Amino acid sequence: MSAAYVVSDCWTMTRRELAHWARQPVQVLVGLVFPVMMLLMFGYLVGGGRSVEGDYVDFLVPGMLTLTMVFGLEGTMTAVTQDLNKGVIDRFRSMPMTDGAVLVGRSAADMLQSTVGLLVMVGVGYAIGWRANGGLGSTLGALGLLLLLRFAMLWIGIFLALVAGRAELVQAVQILVWPIGFLSNAFASPDSMPGWLGTFVEWNPMSATATAVRELFGNPGGEPGQIWAAVVWPVVLLVLFFPLAVRRFGRLGK
Amino acid sequence: MNRDAILVEGARKRYGEKDALAGLDLTVGRGTVHGLLGPNGAGKTTTVRILATLLRHDEGVVRVAGHDVRTEAREVRRRIGLLGQHAALDEELGGRQNLEMFGRLHHLGARRAGIRADELLERFGLADTGRKPVKQFSGGMRRRLDLAASLITEPEVLFLDEPTTGLDPRGRGEVWESVRSLVGGGTTVLLTTQYLEEADQLADRISVVDQGRVVADGTADELKARVGVDRIDVVVRDAARLEEAAGLLPAARAEVGVDVDRRRLSAPVADRMASLTATVRALGEAGIEAEDIALRRPTLDEVFLHLTDGEPGRDASRRKEVAA
Repeated sequence: MSAAYVVSDCWTMTRRELAHWARQPVQVLVGLVFPVMMLLMFGYLVGGGRSVEGDYVDFLVPGMLTLTMVFGLEGTMTAVTQDLNKGVIDRFRSMPMTDGAVLVGRSAADMLQSTVGLLVMVGVGYAIGWRANGGLGSTLGALGLLLLLRFAMLWIGIFLALVAGRAELVQAVQILVWPIGFLSNAFASPDSMPGWLGTFVEWNPMSATATAVRELFGNPGGEPGQIWAAVVWPVVLLVLFFPLAVRRFGRLGK
Repeated sequence: MNRDAILVEGARKRYGEKDALAGLDLTVGRGTVHGLLGPNGAGKTTTVRILATLLRHDEGVVRVAGHDVRTEAREVRRRIGLLGQHAALDEELGGRQNLEMFGRLHHLGARRAGIRADELLERFGLADTGRKPVKQFSGGMRRRLDLAASLITEPEVLFLDEPTTGLDPRGRGEVWESVRSLVGGGTTVLLTTQYLEEADQLADRISVVDQGRVVADGTADELKARVGVDRIDVVVRDAARLEEAAGLLPAARAEVGVDVDRRRLSAPVADRMASLTATVRALGEAGIEAEDIALRRPTLDEVFLHLTDGEPGRDASRRKEVAA
């Protein structure tokens, strides 16, 4: 198997996902609008009563960006589950293509979608008064950490889809993602929570990214010491779930 | 160089407690069409999925186009085409988009993949489908596109898993026509089907599969000869005289099937017209009134029952299955 085939197979599978988008622009649009709605809802409806230092929008936007990356897990899992339950996966698996190309295509498309989604959110955040005060390098670093978290979530999503493989179980995971997403410091500082909850929230990998990103954006709620954690957590998850997912895909026929 | 396109020796596959394949043997010569005939759950699809590298068998030797499906899966995949029971197509994309994508994944390169896609669309009468997504295709069109997708690289071995199940007679005819035209090109075809007629129409040789094993093997004529070519069915008005009527049919008493509920008798016959006349006369002389007398070809039911020495219990369950 030459490297050129590996690259061309992965590209073909990525093109497939892009062709799906071209066919369903409304679905893509809804995917981009949903987190924006969440941001606006929390910013204007819920946000008034929160006690955080400084401006709540400056605290909220990095949290919402992080939450959006975590919620991406659902989208990935749904897409992979749908694919696995379609006949086309049999054709892919009976062709002489690179083993992981199906998964790479999925992850490339999801990362592209998340990058666009992130930029839209940043734009909307800017429009409602949020500012990144940390300089260009730090801002890019923050976006990088967010996408790293998304990448880890992506492979967890692929793995869960391969293990569960059924639409009902996707729903179960979708429900579980909410408490994990909300039991973080995305909306409120753990200092304001009861002790045990605060501890859970501080140890939530998602909180590490939110805190690090706040630090890099120069927003309230940041801690310089959390940047390493925002790198280590996703990398640990990737080291765990990437090989598991690839292995699981290879064992589909057993 | 091995001359067999497909070689299976003692293949076993277990799902939990159940043996899906219980030591299946199969040899298919190059350039021939081979039919796997059997009821639902006999192991036909399992066999095809193992041959197409989609499923791993637990025991036995399985070679396709001279390569081991387990250790040389990629070599096998280069040489096979698969038409499964469900369309293996991207339903969101158009016909050409599908074929072009599969061509690229067969490493034809972008340009040749496009040319090949157009050729196949033309050949299968799908050239005018444009950008219409596959999910809006009719069943027959979808099947033809699926078949086209299996032929992108002109495979050495083509697997067709119940290629016409769910199609109307016209769609079935279209698929049969396509398969026939392929065979001329030297492709080996393994075809699974529940329909005796389909195997009869397309296959050079047939293996009858039941409970994960090949129970009979031969040309369509050989198999039919073993079953008894025709049968006579008689429905008797008075259930009390069913037994008596059974003794009058022109066949050995042991070969006469008796269905008490429907007051029906069924017996294999050698000579169609002579048997019909003899039956009518014998019943008339005995004064037994018949509601219906008919000659018919053996059904798949009877082929299986004959070849598998079906026990009464299995007979009943199978009849239900066929009726449903």
